[in-house]
Formats: sequence, structure tokens, C-alpha cells
Amino acid sequence: MIRLDNLTKVFDTPKGAVVAADHINMEVPRGEICILLGPSGCGKTTTLKMINRIIRATSGKVFLDGEDTTGMNTQDLRRSIGYVIQQIGLFPNMTIEENITVVPRLLGWDRTAYKKRARELMDMIAMDAEAFLKRYPSELSGGQQQRIGVARALAADPPVMLMDEPFGAIDPINRAVIQDEFLKMQAELKKTIMFVSHDIDEAIKMGDRIAIFREGKLVQYSAPDDLLSAPRNGFVESFLGEDRALKRLNLVKVREVFSDEMGSVKPDDTLETALSRIDDFGYQNAILMVNDRGEPAGMITRSVARTTRGYCRDHYQTAPPVAQLDDDLRKVASLMFANDTTWLPCVDARGRVCGHITQRAMTHHLGSRYRSRPEDSAPLRSQPETKE
Amino acid sequence: MELFRYVLDNAGLLGQLTLEHISLVGVAVGIATLTGVPIGIAITKNERLARSVLYLASIIVTIPSIALFGVMIPLLSIFGYGIGYVPAVIAVLLYSQLPIIRNTYTAINNVNPALREAARGIGMSQNQRLRMVEIPLAVPVIMAGVRTAVVLNIGVMAIAAYIGAGGLGTLISRGISQSDPRQLIVGAVAVSLLAIIVDYALLALQKRLTPRGMERDVAAA
Repeated sequence: MIRLDNLTKVFDTPKGAVVAADHINMEVPRGEICILLGPSGCGKTTTLKMINRIIRATSGKVFLDGEDTTGMNTQDLRRSIGYVIQQIGLFPNMTIEENITVVPRLLGWDRTAYKKRARELMDMIAMDAEAFLKRYPSELSGGQQQRIGVARALAADPPVMLMDEPFGAIDPINRAVIQDEFLKMQAELKKTIMFVSHDIDEAIKMGDRIAIFREGKLVQYSAPDDLLSAPRNGFVESFLGEDRALKRLNLVKVREVFSDEMGSVKPDDTLETALSRIDDFGYQNAILMVNDRGEPAGMITRSVARTTRGYCRDHYQTAPPVAQLDDDLRKVASLMFANDTTWLPCVDARGRVCGHITQRAMTHHLGSRYRSRPEDSAPLRSQPETKE
Repeated sequence: MELFRYVLDNAGLLGQLTLEHISLVGVAVGIATLTGVPIGIAITKNERLARSVLYLASIIVTIPSIALFGVMIPLLSIFGYGIGYVPAVIAVLLYSQLPIIRNTYTAINNVNPALREAARGIGMSQNQRLRMVEIPLAVPVIMAGVRTAVVLNIGVMAIAAYIGAGGLGTLISRGISQSDPRQLIVGAVAVSLLAIIVDYALLALQKRLTPRGMERDVAAA
């Protein structure tokens, strides 16, 4: 758990005092990722760096797991916090092994213990220990280097991690991969993480909660879905962008929106049956044909069913694309647009049809959040709401 | 041909003078490294002090060596070391400070700030940062300063023959006073060759001392 209590930083500059962080109060519950988000110069990085005293706070306190860190020795404090920076900062004079064991060595672990830990860490970040431990940072790609940077921060198993735009310098393709890997790791490790970003999409993807900063002040601190559905003011709204409703598509899974009521036909049914079922269910154009294993096998269109006699198995068209229950709505929307359709069949993990999802249901789901919300949103230090 | 014969006839003397020359410069630059590197590191903590120290070291280098020897004769005579080995070593020691201090200062100051922040952020103390990160990274540049000092002072030491310090300068000064071009030329060429050879030897040492992960950077530099 990380709690900031009136944390404030005032820089003395030639032009006078500048308040970089103004009485920041917030709390990150144990095991959650909190993204500090905002335009440059908004105080997010200053706030982060006051936690491990890279920047000294002018006033205010930092609590880690309920303990006031004010009296702690700076080096001890830092060794108990994982720290990842955008520039990665691997030591070029050290091998990968020396780099990732630096904190355990500072803490005085014995040789066998930290050597073993190095291998565990390499497994954790899915890199081959044999191939990499003896190499030097300059021999690695940027993405590999940042994986090592994360491993170094995790080396002594700190409960808390601070990450300053950790994936900002990595190309977009690798960034997405590393983000996914990191989330997978986090699902097991359950670190309490503060993470600075200026990328809204990254924030929505990575964050359990998002803190929006502006000019040294914490403007809004909410779960991503709440943030997108109920921005506190005009600044947050414009910062999130006009397509913020679309961004929410990332956050909602098919299983939250799909309907398990679904009319279908079997290959052995007649086209007559198909036509009557299309009418019964009120479908406009077509009905899905499902094979014996429950998998989507094809489509019977209304026009064919009306004008032709015979069995479905002889007169179907290719099956439409399907949505998995764990897909997010963004992917579903994309499939719908690409295939010029307003609905998709949904399949479970084994590929069996279990329902369908419509554009109408999606828009209704997203819109309902806006309708149910009162104008002024939840208070700043509201309890975390679990993601639906 | 005449020169060649002279070299053969005096090979023993030439070897002895070369060793003398190397030991004079070696001792002086050795001591200068032991003083210059800590000074260079110390002044990274205080920019104003750094400016004064580097200024002073620069001024020393501008003093012609003959003049420096002249100044030292009366001063060191008080202790009975007016001429010979001691003033020669002291002069070279002083001349060596600028390249060594400046390179150390620059190298430590130029350590990538991200590395410094990473080192701080993971909880290294100031000494640990110096020992584990900053000095290893600065070694190539510090060594380059030592090389400059050595090459520069192989030349300076040739003049120290005039105050009786010995070394290859003896041949040069004798060649001038005896109007003997053979000694003059052999002495001068020997000094140049020595400078070139030692520079290469130190370059090899510098590469050896460079941390393996940084070899690429050095090759590029």
C-alpha cells in the first residue's frame, strides 16, 4: 500500500517559487497499479520521485504499508522499492547478471542466493538465462534491456514499485508485448505499483486506477472506467479526448454484454425451418447454422430460405467471424465494421456457440454508465470500485 | 651511417638514459595519478571549487619548463634538492595535474545522468556509486588523461637534463654544448620514439582496463 499525505514540492527557481506538487493526497491499495497521468510538467513525475526521495519533498509524508517513511534511512528505503526509469539505466560496465543482482548484493545476500535469484528473474521475464546472464547491456535490444530493467527492480522482491514511463522509449509493437508480459507477471506478483505515463491508452490498459494531474494538483483519481464515463471537469474531458467513449471499448469484455439467447439451425434442418426461425427470433437477414459439436458452421440468409427448398447443409454461406467471451469490445467493434454486420456470434473457450453480441447491446452498455451517473462524479478519494 | 654507428657504439648509454627517462616520467606521473584522480573526483561535488582548481592547473601548464626549473632551484635549495631528480619529478608532477584532473572531472561529470539516477534509485550510497558505477565508467577517459600527461612530460623531462636530472635530454644538451649533431639528433629521435611507443603501450593498457561492456563505445571514441 502506498499512501501520500499532503505531499508537496516547491522548487525555488530564478523566476520565483514553483509548486510542482501541491498537497497530493492519495492511496494505492496493495497489489494495484496506479497510473499517474497528465501533460508534461503536471507534477506526476515529481510526485513519483518524492516517494523514493530522488526528489526531496518540501512537506508531507509518504506511507508504505501503513508505515511512515519519514524517519527511514534513504538507502534502506530505496532498496525496499523497485525503481524502473524510462532511460532504463542498466550499468554498461556490468553483465546482465551483475545488473539484476545489484540490489541483492547491496543488501548483502550470499553468492548462491543471488545467483539463484538471477535465474528465477530471467524465467520470470521469459528470457533465456544461459544466453543472456553473461552478456552486457549494449548487446541487447531496447526491449530486452527494459525487461532486464524490470527484473533488476524486482530482484529483492520489493512490495512496492515505482515506474517512470518505463515503456515510453520502446517501439509500439514491443511496447504492447512488454505491457502484456508485465500485466501477466503482475497478476502473480501483486506488487503495489505507481506508474507514470503520458499515454492514455497505456494508462487504461495497465491501470487499476488512474490519477490525473494538472499543474501540480491531483485532479481526478478513479478507476479507468469511471474516469472515462465520468470525467470530473473540462480539463480531464479534453485530456482524455473526444473519443473517450471509444476508449472504454478496451475495458469491457464480451461476456459482460453478450446475450445467450440465440436462434440457430442445424445442417439437417430444412430451409423452411430456418425461415420460420428467422421470423420467430425477429432476425433481419440471416440465421447461424451450428454443427454437431456446437461450432458455427455457416449462415442461412433469409432470401435463400424463402426462395429455395432443401436442407440447410446444402445452401449455407460461410460462417461470420466470431467473438470470444474474453475479447474486449474494441476488437468486436472492429470485426463488425470490417464485416459490415451489426452482430456477431459468441463462442466459448472451446469454440462452441454460446450466444451473440449486437452493436445495439454494446452502445446500450456503454451509454448506461453515462445515464446512471449524476453530473458531479464520485468524490476524489472514493473507495476503489472493482472493474465490472 | 655515422648516426647508426654512434647508436651502436653507445647502445649501453642510450639504454641507460632511456630507462632513466622512463623512470623519471613514470614516478612523476604515477604520483600525479594518485593525487590527480582523487582531486578530480572530489571537485565534481563543487562546481566553484572545480573551476578554481582547473584554472590553477591550467596556469601551471603555461609556465615554461625552463622557468619552472629556475623558480624551483632557490626554493628547493633550502632543503638541499635544488637540482637533479627531485625538481624534475616535481615539475612533471605539476604539469601532469591538468590532464589528469580535467579528464577525471569530465569523465565523472559526464556519466549518463540516467545511470546516476538508477544507481541512486536502487539505493547505492555515494561511495558505492563511485566504486561500482562512476569510476569504472570513467576509467577510459582517466587513462586518456594519463596518456596525455605521459607524452607531454616525456618532452618536458628532456629539458630537465639541464638541471642534472639525467635521461635522454642529456644527449641533447651535450650535443648542443659540444656542437655534436650526432648526439643531438639521436637524443631528439629517441625522445620522440619513446613518446610514441609509451603512448601505444598505455593505449593497450587503457583498453584492458575498459569494462568489457563498454568496449564498443571506446572503439567509437
